Amino acid sequence: MAERMREPLVNAVLVLALLIAPLTAVALDEPFYVGLASRVAILALAGVGLNLALGSGGMVSFGHAAFFGLGGYVAGIAALHAFEGSAFLAWPLEIGGSESMIVVWVVTLAVSAVVALAIGAVSLRTAGVYFIMITLAFAQMIYYFAISLPTYGGEDGLSIYLRSSLPFVDTGDPLSFFLVCYALLLSALFLTHRLVNSRFGAALQCARMNPERLATLGIAPFPVKLTAFTLSAMITGLAGALFAELNGFVSPAMLSWQRSGEIIVFVILGGVGRLFGPVAGAALFILLESFIGGWTDRWQLVLGLVLLSVVLFARGGVIGLLAGRARHD
Amino acid sequence: MTDSLLGPLLELQGLRKAFGALKASDDIDLTVLPGEIHALIGPNGAGKSTLIAEIAGGLTPDAGQVRLFGQDVTGWSVAARARLGLGRTFQVSSLVMEFSVLRNVMLAVQARSSGAFGFWAPVRRDARLRTEALGVLDRVGLTRRAGDPVSALSHGERRLLEVAMALALRPKLLLLDEPMAGLGPAGTRELTAFLAGLKTETGMLLVEHDMDAVFALADRISVMVYGRIIASGSVAEIRASAEVREAYLGDLHEAPSC
Amino acid sequence: MSLAFLIEQLLNGVQLGVMLFLMAAGLTLVFGVMGLINLAHGSLYMVGAFFCAWIAGQTGSFWLGLGGGFLAAAATGALVEIVVIRRLYDRDHLDQVLATFALILIFSELARWVFGDRPLYLDVPAVLSGAVPLPGGGGYPAYRLAIIAVGLTTAVGLYLLIAKTRLGMQIRAGESDREMIGALGVDIRRLYTAVFALGAALAGLAGGMVGALQSVQVGMGEPVLILAFVVIIIGGIGSVKGALVGAVLVGVTDTLGRVFLPQLFGLLLPPSEATSVGSSLAAMAIYLLMAAVLTWRPKGLFPVDG
Repeated sequence: MAERMREPLVNAVLVLALLIAPLTAVALDEPFYVGLASRVAILALAGVGLNLALGSGGMVSFGHAAFFGLGGYVAGIAALHAFEGSAFLAWPLEIGGSESMIVVWVVTLAVSAVVALAIGAVSLRTAGVYFIMITLAFAQMIYYFAISLPTYGGEDGLSIYLRSSLPFVDTGDPLSFFLVCYALLLSALFLTHRLVNSRFGAALQCARMNPERLATLGIAPFPVKLTAFTLSAMITGLAGALFAELNGFVSPAMLSWQRSGEIIVFVILGGVGRLFGPVAGAALFILLESFIGGWTDRWQLVLGLVLLSVVLFARGGVIGLLAGRARHD
Repeated sequence: MTDSLLGPLLELQGLRKAFGALKASDDIDLTVLPGEIHALIGPNGAGKSTLIAEIAGGLTPDAGQVRLFGQDVTGWSVAARARLGLGRTFQVSSLVMEFSVLRNVMLAVQARSSGAFGFWAPVRRDARLRTEALGVLDRVGLTRRAGDPVSALSHGERRLLEVAMALALRPKLLLLDEPMAGLGPAGTRELTAFLAGLKTETGMLLVEHDMDAVFALADRISVMVYGRIIASGSVAEIRASAEVREAYLGDLHEAPSC
Repeated sequence: MSLAFLIEQLLNGVQLGVMLFLMAAGLTLVFGVMGLINLAHGSLYMVGAFFCAWIAGQTGSFWLGLGGGFLAAAATGALVEIVVIRRLYDRDHLDQVLATFALILIFSELARWVFGDRPLYLDVPAVLSGAVPLPGGGGYPAYRLAIIAVGLTTAVGLYLLIAKTRLGMQIRAGESDREMIGALGVDIRRLYTAVFALGAALAGLAGGMVGALQSVQVGMGEPVLILAFVVIIIGGIGSVKGALVGAVLVGVTDTLGRVFLPQLFGLLLPPSEATSVGSSLAAMAIYLLMAAVLTWRPKGLFPVDG
């Protein structure tokens, strides 16, 4: 049974390492690494979201930056109006900004869900390569929409001068903010774990592997996939809101196709369809980025070569290398 | 409900479907009555698969009506027809290859009992689904294969699993698309006996090339050639029909390849 | 609003459409014949633009530059096909997306390395620097008209190539049945390399010509790539005719939307809001067009496989 235990072991080490790293950094007074750990946790969360659609549902969304960026803009816009004391909407009812992180999260989840339902409803009418291109195109649409909004910074984006707050937690403290991100990441992992193993998860996996069979059993694949796509977008949107608060800044770059590509890369580097794959993928990505980026300006070139080799030669991703082939039952 | 008890389970009226110049269904009328096995035979390319797809919902006919259990379901989706009580097996096994045998059947049981929407409880440990699925596997004799991945099953076992998944839906009507294909003589005998025992539970539309199985099982036989039903009647009538012999059975004896 | 203005904007739309067609034709051919989704197609456009601008800068001749860009893109395409792309034909679309995404990163960084961070500029050749008078007054840049002519000539050429030549017959056979074409004794590897290089060359041609209208820089390929995706989604993936129709539709919608939507909203809203709402909507116009087409025909206007 050693083989069966390897993946959970790798997962546990991964999650513990992500917790211990910033704690150590605080002890050694190296605040930079706390921020780095927060980045890993947030991007992993974005990847966990995409993994639900891509890994479990087989929906290769090349537009998840749309949700990531929407989350970012919700955080940015809430902060802007709270800071200015101005209204987001004056009519028919007055909606202002907010300094509450909970409000930012709830609004992010709602906005991501609505947009994902709309994008999904059109995109899921198609499959395969059409789906990839259409999700990419819709994300690009939102990107250009953000650029054309002078109120919210247009191409330059928005600064968040004051991070929103939570009761009992000092979100301004880097370690506390990391712990918030970490807790959300763990919650999302637990949630997707339950989801994938539930009745819904069984139907979703069948929709990925054999949609015709699912329909023959009396379950229409479309609503199953749309639900998964929407939940996936909500998780990635939440990550976007945290990301903007971490950086104190949101810009159309969060919505760009490169960002969509990166989120896919987290999932693939870690191993598709593995629950903790995005955590491994995001950690590896950020580590490579900071260390190789510090050593050469040509980080993108290295990333490209690494990614190309992973796709051509190491298809199981990091967790695949560490834990062996995925189990099926 | 009385309708569905008294009337035909399946009723096709004037079904037409053309692909370009090819008439795949040319004015098809056909019924399956409760407790009946209605066999559909015909040479390859006669339009049987098209007809199955029109009944199951994968294809929409150009004209005509499909009625299931007294309801007009012509525009309905595959899933909606399945929920109404239509089960089917595929000519080429269509299973979830990466799931175990048991999980395939559990999925079918789940589909009947609650559909897709249960987001929290682990499905694998759901005792009710498990018990019922194991019961179905027991009926088709696949119990000892329950834990194996589908990819490890033999061809014959996959056919049985197809039947098990259809049965798990507790269908009122079963569409069987060449269930005997590739089974070999012993397997064919076993499955024939098994299907004969199912007659009290569900009506069946049986598309099959194996004439021994057809003659053993069918209450009625319809013969399809070039998109048309050229003859329909009891086993004895079809055996006796000169037209059928000429159009189909004769062919079969000369070219048993299909 | 004058007639000349309307004609000018229409021509701008057609010119954009023609550029998009040159991009989309390669994408759709590669998908139709090899079943490959190639995100790095925008990089080939960039390669064409860089080589065109660089050679023109060195030699002083736009035409040498354009020819050089065309050939450089074709050669790069052939090389990439042999080294990377042919390993991806049997892979799923996810692997194709990732590998070609990686190629974008590699190409962008290499271009930065070779040509530097600063954008290059390319002048319109002297012969075409004038304007052609329009009916109703005013003039239209001859260079843009030349682009339209080149694009339409390419469309006709592609049609003849596919309909009338041996290579075209092999391409059509490859689209309908990959195994059969191997059985026919066609060297399938060379055919695939040729098709990929042809698509790359068209992208390079587009990049070279656009180089004289905008600055040549890293990252110029991807916005065009995504528009080309929208084009082939609308036209139907795999259909060259669909690519042409889709490209002109997208080009005209985008151009006219940007010009007229703000004016249209100006009739309803105060000027500042009208500009903002109008331009936001214009930025989204082609994507809404795409969504509408898909709702109506999920496989595009000219679906290839039924």
